[in-house]
Amino acid sequence: MEAVVFVFSLLDCCALIFLSVYFIITLSDLECDYINARSCCSKLNKWIIPELIGHTLVTLLMLVSLHWFIFLLNLPVATWNIYRFIMVPSGNMGVFDPTEIHNRGQLKSHMKEAMIKLGFHLLCFFMYLYSMILALIND
Amino acid sequence: MSAPAGSPQRAASARMQPRLGGAAASGAAAGPGPAPRQQNGPAQNQMQIPSGYGVYPQNYSAPSGHCFQGPGKMTSLPLDDQCGDYYSGLYAVPTQNVVTPKTTNQQAGAQQIYGRAPPAPHNVGSTPEYFQGAASSASHLYTSASQPYSSLVNHYSGPAMYSANSSAVSQGFPSTCGHYAVSTVSNAVYPSVSYPSLPAGEPYGQQMFTSQNASTVRPVRDNSFSSQNTALSHPSPLPPPPSQQYHQQQSLSGYSTPSWSASGPPSTQDNLVRNHTGSLTPANNNPTNTGMQYGEYVNNQASSAPTPLSSTSDDEEEEEEDEEAGIDSSSTTSSASPLPNSYDALEGGGYPDMLSSSASSPAPDPAPEPDPTPAPVPTAPQPSKVAKPFGYGYPTLQPGYQNTAAPLHPGGQPCSPAYSGFQQYTQQYPGMNQLSSSLGGLSLQSSIQPESLRPVNLTQERNILPVTPILAPIPNLNLDLKKLNCSPDSFRCTLTNIPQTQALLTKAKLPLGLLLHPFRDLTQLPVITSNTIVRCRSCRTYINPFVSFIDQRRWKCNLCYRVNDVPEEFMYNPLTRSYGEPHKRPEVQNSTVEFIASSDYMLRPPQPAVYLFVLDVSHNAVEAGYLTILCQSLLENLDKLPGDSRTRIGFVTFDSTIHFYNLQEGLSQPQMLIVSDIDDVFLPTPDSLLVNLHESKELIKDLLNALPNMFTNTRETHSALGPALQAAFKLMSPTGGRVSVFQTQLPSLGAGLLQSREDPNQRSSTKVVQHLGPATDFYKKLALDCSGQQTAVDLFLLSSQYSDLSSLACMSKYSAGCIYYYPSFHSTHNPSQAEKLQKELKRYLTRKIGFEAVMRIRCTKGLSMHTFHGNFFVRSTDLLSLANINPDAGFAVQLSIEESLTDTSLVCFQTALLYTSSKGERRIRVHTLCLPVVSSLADVYAGVDVQAAICLLANMAVDRSISTSLSDARDALVNAVVDSLSAYSSTVSNLQHSVLIAPSSLKLFPLYVLALLKQKAFRTGTSTRLDDRVYAMCQIKCQPLVHLMKMIHPNLYRIDRLIDEGAIHVNDRVVPQPPLQKLSAEKLTREGAFLMDCGCVFYIWVGKSCDNNFIEDVLGCPNFASIPQKMTHLPELDTLSSERTRSFITWLRDCRPLSPVLHVVKDESPAKTEFFQHLIEDRTEAAFSYYEFLLHIQQQICK
Repeated sequence: MEAVVFVFSLLDCCALIFLSVYFIITLSDLECDYINARSCCSKLNKWIIPELIGHTLVTLLMLVSLHWFIFLLNLPVATWNIYRFIMVPSGNMGVFDPTEIHNRGQLKSHMKEAMIKLGFHLLCFFMYLYSMILALIND
Repeated sequence: MSAPAGSPQRAASARMQPRLGGAAASGAAAGPGPAPRQQNGPAQNQMQIPSGYGVYPQNYSAPSGHCFQGPGKMTSLPLDDQCGDYYSGLYAVPTQNVVTPKTTNQQAGAQQIYGRAPPAPHNVGSTPEYFQGAASSASHLYTSASQPYSSLVNHYSGPAMYSANSSAVSQGFPSTCGHYAVSTVSNAVYPSVSYPSLPAGEPYGQQMFTSQNASTVRPVRDNSFSSQNTALSHPSPLPPPPSQQYHQQQSLSGYSTPSWSASGPPSTQDNLVRNHTGSLTPANNNPTNTGMQYGEYVNNQASSAPTPLSSTSDDEEEEEEDEEAGIDSSSTTSSASPLPNSYDALEGGGYPDMLSSSASSPAPDPAPEPDPTPAPVPTAPQPSKVAKPFGYGYPTLQPGYQNTAAPLHPGGQPCSPAYSGFQQYTQQYPGMNQLSSSLGGLSLQSSIQPESLRPVNLTQERNILPVTPILAPIPNLNLDLKKLNCSPDSFRCTLTNIPQTQALLTKAKLPLGLLLHPFRDLTQLPVITSNTIVRCRSCRTYINPFVSFIDQRRWKCNLCYRVNDVPEEFMYNPLTRSYGEPHKRPEVQNSTVEFIASSDYMLRPPQPAVYLFVLDVSHNAVEAGYLTILCQSLLENLDKLPGDSRTRIGFVTFDSTIHFYNLQEGLSQPQMLIVSDIDDVFLPTPDSLLVNLHESKELIKDLLNALPNMFTNTRETHSALGPALQAAFKLMSPTGGRVSVFQTQLPSLGAGLLQSREDPNQRSSTKVVQHLGPATDFYKKLALDCSGQQTAVDLFLLSSQYSDLSSLACMSKYSAGCIYYYPSFHSTHNPSQAEKLQKELKRYLTRKIGFEAVMRIRCTKGLSMHTFHGNFFVRSTDLLSLANINPDAGFAVQLSIEESLTDTSLVCFQTALLYTSSKGERRIRVHTLCLPVVSSLADVYAGVDVQAAICLLANMAVDRSISTSLSDARDALVNAVVDSLSAYSSTVSNLQHSVLIAPSSLKLFPLYVLALLKQKAFRTGTSTRLDDRVYAMCQIKCQPLVHLMKMIHPNLYRIDRLIDEGAIHVNDRVVPQPPLQKLSAEKLTREGAFLMDCGCVFYIWVGKSCDNNFIEDVLGCPNFASIPQKMTHLPELDTLSSERTRSFITWLRDCRPLSPVLHVVKDESPAKTEFFQHLIEDRTEAAFSYYEFLLHIQQQICK
């Protein structure tokens, strides 16, 4: 059972890693002016909810399966995701807003955030991998 | 995105790669940079600019190094010509402040002085600086000078002084003598003060005196010893001083005044004086000296060095003074020892003018005009302050307090051309040159710091607001560059001295940014047609006056430092028809040029001018009656719409359905097509809705004549704005153009419908102001779609109730449109609004317009832009997409310093606005601004453009209040003042920390921030409708600086006794220039009439016992009681005063994007609360008075 949990987490984590990489690539495209802000933001906003669901799912899974350490590790990131989503002002077009992304260094902070998430997910990936192998061996 | 939109992006992306490469290349280039410049010099004579560069750094370094030792000398030697102007004005000031002894002593001294003071009454201009400088210099001079003088010195301490002074006067030392005497007196009075350098002064003093004598001293002043002296100068009687301190102040003021009178004589005298004094002389009057600038610069550094004032000793002063160079150093020294005390005393000297004026205030504030003294300018300053306020506001003021406000002028004036800070002053005292010059000379000896760095004790300074309009500071560049630099009207930077590193910028706690007005109406604009537009190959910068030519074939980009080839075509100069002079091409001689672009700059053929009007015709709209006014204006201006033979026009009206009008040529009458499916809007006949203006003119006129009456009986109350906009977008997307939306209520149907979000009970809440942001992203999305199709949406909101402007405004904000708001509009019930609409429509319809525009802002490598303010869409990091550009649009950009600028002494900013003119030409308007880089904090403070800074802060505060909360934004504004002032006071270590000190370049900062806090956009506690507030925020975002400043801090003039003195001539009309009054009720006298210019509204406040002549001649009413409650026009009477008043108001009105409505407000009428709201220096129930605000800031700093 434990192995199943971690296999699922591993897959989910892979997806999140890919998503982070996608965010980084798209944002850097915008930074280099290869795409315009409008299309960049609409591309990214589409993936905000999947990312949120994906990550919340793993976090809850860890809670349910009583892996406290991993749950607590995931909790801040999951909270941040939800907070960010909820706090979007009513007039904005999503977490990424084309009219503001070039302002106040938002692009950079988005980039930084994506980088941190990538690092976090990579860390989680190896943790899940290790836990999975451990679980499989134990079985 | 449309094709047009796409292509520029592509171009941009293409650029990026080279740019990256370019950076490296440029970096490489930078190293060798200096060497080539030097080479240039010899190679070509032309090289002025580059040579300037080379020279610059050297000068800098040299002076800075020397500062401590003997800055004056050092600087003077290299500078010679250059220095003069700068020094004389600026330096004088600081020293003066420094010298004074402790306040207590001063007071005593001041009183004594006071008696003497009378001679000087008039000099408004004489600032404390002057005094100080004068005093110190005077002391030196006198002592050293001939015996008679020395005798004077002896007298100082006692009452005898008067006699001495008088004797001096009789001898032929006119007012100037008085000054000196006074100043000396003050010194004498304060035994504590050390004047070590007495002997040194002799030569200077003598010469100066003679010159002054020549200038003519006025004996009259001598007579007026007592405090009443001021009265002499000012026709109005002085009120008795409330306390001894006041007396002192008055006396001080008296002192200052004499100096002015002295200055009265011709400038030549000044020169003489300066020459005598030392190095200063050559530079002063000659604007042409290139050297001057350097000198200035050096001075700054020197000043900066001295700032720690305390370090230097008095002894040094003496030595320095002896030497010509000494001037600078002396200033430092003087400043050093007794700063606070001396400061006060000195300041007190400056103050007197103010006081006298203030005293007079009740009746003849404007007294300056009548003043017997020659220069009209000096008069102006006098009237500014009223004595009354003391009681409440500044109870404890010591004489020092006075010095800050007015004093600046005297010292600064002479220098003013060179230095930005001075300009104001110069204007004020055009005739005063002499005084100023003499002052300058004096000051030179004593002072080192530039005027803009003179510390001002804010809480002690009553007359903080200058009497003449504040001009933008001029960057401290060499003269050649200065002449070439971009006009501050188009391009301003908050810091005219760019800090070298981000760390330095952070330390200064000041916002760094640019304020742009790129498409301003210009009377003179070089238009260049050429096959090849010369641009840098790596960063695409347009060639500009600040590039350097390495030789005739190569030029070096001033932004990325890449070396480029000069194209063959560029070698030929079409203006002079000569070959081989690329540096004389108009592109290199003008910092604002316009290129006619080739097809390389087009993504599609230039679009025609296309105008679409989207009109609300619901019951509410018909009731308001705007249609009549609009149609009338359109009919009148149909032929003046900018455009060519391809111009197209169309109309859409909407209520709960959408009506299109088929105006196809050949129809006998306009055809109305109704689309009732608002959920899925379609165009009934896509081809014939936008028609050629010229081919269908008759049909259009028919429609315009019929429209106002077509819906008179409508019962439709709903408004389907969203669908109508979608239809408009569909209609416009093939071509792009301008959509003008007229809306009168909250959209209530279809996409984009809005709910009322305002709670009227919260209007005057002091806590949270909600709903500043948009309620939906519909309008934003629509705007972005429009922007992509090169369509701008202009919003005219004419509503009587809440219409959620914050949501609606998005349609204009992001499509580069503009927003007009007419609260409680009604064509008959509110005629002033109706007239305003009519006038603004006229301007709107006929002003210049540019289509499918993009604007790119470039800056020297190392700087980067991070936030933009204005109406546009930021398409990539430095590219603003502007579907339309109009001459009334302003922009702001925040900058950060990413790399240290140590290897450069100048930075440049370039905006390039590419647009299609209404005639179908593709044009590029390029502005280039060049600014010096500085490495010391003091220099950063010296170069602050306080108006630009405040406008940038206002923009940032709007962002903040929308993204977080209004109270947060307000706190941020207050913190901006607290941080910058505390940062400054920490650089001036020896000043008392219990006083609130600002450099004089920042002295208006707290006042302006207070004004912002009381502005509609940011105020709390006063009932403000949400839409009004949001509109004010929109205005802050998109108004150019000149207009925005009037919104923030209105101008108040007294107009019941306008005189022609100092008037300017505009188009054969004489326009009087009354002095500015500070915004306080203390300035309002019942006997007067005042005009307040708030940018978009004028108020004329008529006092209860206003002169009947004024009421009759200007207002056309027999007496005060018969002035109607609602008066919005001045009758055209055939009297001199009426003519003057009207020409003044007309002049103020000219060139405003928003036509101001004039309200005549009687004292006692209920409308006066509106007027009094704008008196921002006074306390309101909900907000601080200026003085309280200062105390609050001081408290925050001390924490």
